[in-house]
Amino acid sequence: MPSQSTLSREMLVNAKAAHDQAAAQPSADRLLAVAAGHEVPSEVHEQVLAENPVLEIDRFNLWYGSKQALHGITMPIPNNKVTALVGPSGCGKSTLLRSVNRLNDLVQSVRITGDMRLNGDSIYDPRMDVIDLRKRMGMVFQKPNPFPMSIYENVVYSLRIDGENNRGVLDEVCELSLRGAALWDEAKDRLHDSALGLSGGQQQRLCIARAIAAEPEVLLLDEPCSALDPIATGKVEELIQELRGRYSVLIVTHNMQQASRTSDYTAFMYLGRLIEYGPTTEIFTKPILRETEAYVTGRFG
Amino acid sequence: MNFKTPRPRRLRSAHSSLNAHGEAWVWLTGGSLALAIAMITGLLLFIMIRGASTFWPAAMELVELKDGRAVLGEITGREDFIDRSNGTAMHVARKLVRTANFDITGNHYEWFDEGAIASTSRPEWGTAVERMEGGRFHGFPLRILDKERVVAEGASQTWQAFQEMHPAARKRFREALWIDRHDRGALQRRLRAARLAVVQADLNAGRESRAYLSAVVAEKAVIASVAEQSMALDAKTASLRDQNAGWGVEFVTASGEKTILPLALIVRAWQPNRLSTAGKCGVYFSRWWEFLADDPREANSAGGVFPAIWGTVAMTLIMALLVAPFGVLAALYLREYAVRGPMTTAIRIAINNLAGVPSIVYGAFGLGFFCYVLGASIDDLFFKASLVADNQPTFGTGGLLWASLTLALLTLPVVIVATEEALSAVPNSMREGSYACGAGKWQTIRRIVLPRALPGIMTGLILAMARGAGEVAPLMLVGVKKLAVELPIDGTFPFVHPEREFMHLAYLIYDVGFQSPNSQAARPMVFTITFLLVAIIALLNVSAIWFRSRLQRRYIAQHF
Ligand SMILES: Nc1ncnc2c1ncn2[C@@H]1O[C@H](COP(=O)(O)OP(=O)(O)OP(=O)(O)O)[C@@H](O)[C@H]1O
Ligand SMILES: [Mg+2]
Repeated sequence: MPSQSTLSREMLVNAKAAHDQAAAQPSADRLLAVAAGHEVPSEVHEQVLAENPVLEIDRFNLWYGSKQALHGITMPIPNNKVTALVGPSGCGKSTLLRSVNRLNDLVQSVRITGDMRLNGDSIYDPRMDVIDLRKRMGMVFQKPNPFPMSIYENVVYSLRIDGENNRGVLDEVCELSLRGAALWDEAKDRLHDSALGLSGGQQQRLCIARAIAAEPEVLLLDEPCSALDPIATGKVEELIQELRGRYSVLIVTHNMQQASRTSDYTAFMYLGRLIEYGPTTEIFTKPILRETEAYVTGRFG
Repeated sequence: MNFKTPRPRRLRSAHSSLNAHGEAWVWLTGGSLALAIAMITGLLLFIMIRGASTFWPAAMELVELKDGRAVLGEITGREDFIDRSNGTAMHVARKLVRTANFDITGNHYEWFDEGAIASTSRPEWGTAVERMEGGRFHGFPLRILDKERVVAEGASQTWQAFQEMHPAARKRFREALWIDRHDRGALQRRLRAARLAVVQADLNAGRESRAYLSAVVAEKAVIASVAEQSMALDAKTASLRDQNAGWGVEFVTASGEKTILPLALIVRAWQPNRLSTAGKCGVYFSRWWEFLADDPREANSAGGVFPAIWGTVAMTLIMALLVAPFGVLAALYLREYAVRGPMTTAIRIAINNLAGVPSIVYGAFGLGFFCYVLGASIDDLFFKASLVADNQPTFGTGGLLWASLTLALLTLPVVIVATEEALSAVPNSMREGSYACGAGKWQTIRRIVLPRALPGIMTGLILAMARGAGEVAPLMLVGVKKLAVELPIDGTFPFVHPEREFMHLAYLIYDVGFQSPNSQAARPMVFTITFLLVAIIALLNVSAIWFRSRLQRRYIAQHF
């Protein structure tokens, strides 16, 4: 699409300009500068811009009341690729994720500027139907949040609200999704028991199954594995590998190994800013910034 | 940051304080709970024992006094008091005896100083008789009479004959009573309906109209058929009453007066001193059955309370049905839709204050608005004939519907507050999860929020029902009556009559206990009615709680 590619060009130019500006003050530690409240440009690798974006975040600012939580985030999310968001706690990863499907609309104090586009449709356009928008995305939250109903009904919830009542379709979707979330074997004999009787880790996998049941265009995963044991984590990572190429996945994680194993691209955020964004291999082996290297290798601070 | 000399770590005491273990608080909290439980169970036990023992056939004591008088009765109480009548204070013990025979002595109960009692004994043939009118009678059976003819003579023969003949006589009596009360009532209602149809036709179309003329013809037909049917009923009741007429049981009281009690007017009689435990149980349960299933008699101080049970349950259920949707919808708007701000806070405070408004104010509002405004307009629109012809309002006066509505209003704050609590206890993460799946607001509320909040909403409803069922003051204004044996459901069209006045157990307690001409005789009834009311409320609550726990198991499971 021409409009998209021109936009990517424009962003590339912006990024370049920012890069040059940063180079003009070479001695500054960017993280300290951010902490001091200075504007700091993001380092965005060229490979990202060369990709076909499914989601474009464009100079996005967000305030909780008078406190700014996101500062001018500009990043394209490549189509059918896995993009990881890393950064220290409280840097705004969840906030960014929740802005993508406009869940932040529910928080009364939130104010935003800038825009995001999903396959070219403006997300924050007043004419955008939020419900349609959310139907195009699936989300898994940091804390498992199963609904107070049976496991089966949890999984097929998005189909139910669309009015799907065909038992055959529902059964099939339920099994596929539960298998995808590595929960089928544990849950197949108790599909009609309350989902609240599952363990924390099982609940989280149930939420993953729920998110993929509707086959969304974009999958937003907010630390999906923080409550899981290594085996379940491995299964979820496998699932993400399977989804790669079919879905666009945006995943928040605190686990650097996980980010390097599962993702194609990695973005490093700090205090509401995007610091560096590029192919995962580059971010983990030869990042542009020392700060990024320090963070991903665990020598942060 | 680094310190030059690190501050030494504070050593913690090896002893832990009492506070840390919390024993003091365990005792304090446990103590207050124990106190509360003790008071509540004490009250309930008191009511239960007094209420449940009312119908037990107590022993019949023949009390002979030193002055030669003798009375036959149940000893129901004993107390010590200080007698100052002779100028010096003296400790005296005295006994309360249920002497009955109000028509002869003018008393139901009498106090006797223990010093004045010569002897007490339990005579074998001492009989307690419950009558349709005039209260209890205590005495000894002498003979059974059919007019002048003596049918049986002597205590044992009389008693045997009485037991053989009494059930049939009673059955005839009740049959006649039923015809008088219900069959004749139905005829009266048909007459009235036909008469009102004429008036209505007059109002609608005038006297010259065809409708009026045909209504007049119809009324004539109804009058004729009612007259015919009522003749048939007259014949039937006359024959029933004829068969009972003249039959009587002659008793002699302890002091020697002879009285003939008509056989059919004896509700039941028993001789407690001759009864085995099984026999006493029989009397006990037959009295309970009468209490639960019959209409009241003797200004509500005897007989049954069936219409009141019916009224209480119906009113409470209708109230719950009315208050639940209103309260839940209002709370849903307040918690889920309204933008939080000073307005919602003000509304919330107002609702909480409503819960503190005296209930009589609600009663006054119900009378003023529901009966006199709403009901009067309904009468004006649909029941004008009754107003014009008999000057008798239909909906424009108190009734079951208006009472239920008034109580629904009264309990609305309870339901709203509880529902709001329940809604705010639904984790936001569940709502967000639902929105993230692309659900709309109402879908989220219906599929996630309401099911999860349902147990909490039920709690509110249970509280509301308990509060509503025990309310008296507002009901006195909006439809509860001292006596209303006609239930709001019966066989005449349209079968449900929500405008009818009704009876209520809580009001009955007030009426029997404090309005009765003879409060002492009615006192055992007060306890029994209270016991029954508490039991009914408990039953309603227990079923609601059972329902709630079923929901809870479905929607709020524990996990770790
Ligand atoms: N509802 C809210 N109201 C006000 N401030 C908020 C709200 N939610 C988040 N914040 C603030 O916004 C900032 C970003 O929060 P966010 O939850 O996005 O962090 P995060 O990167 O996801 O952290 P973590 O890795 O611990 O989950 C934090 O400083 C947080 O305090
Ligand atoms: Mg987070």
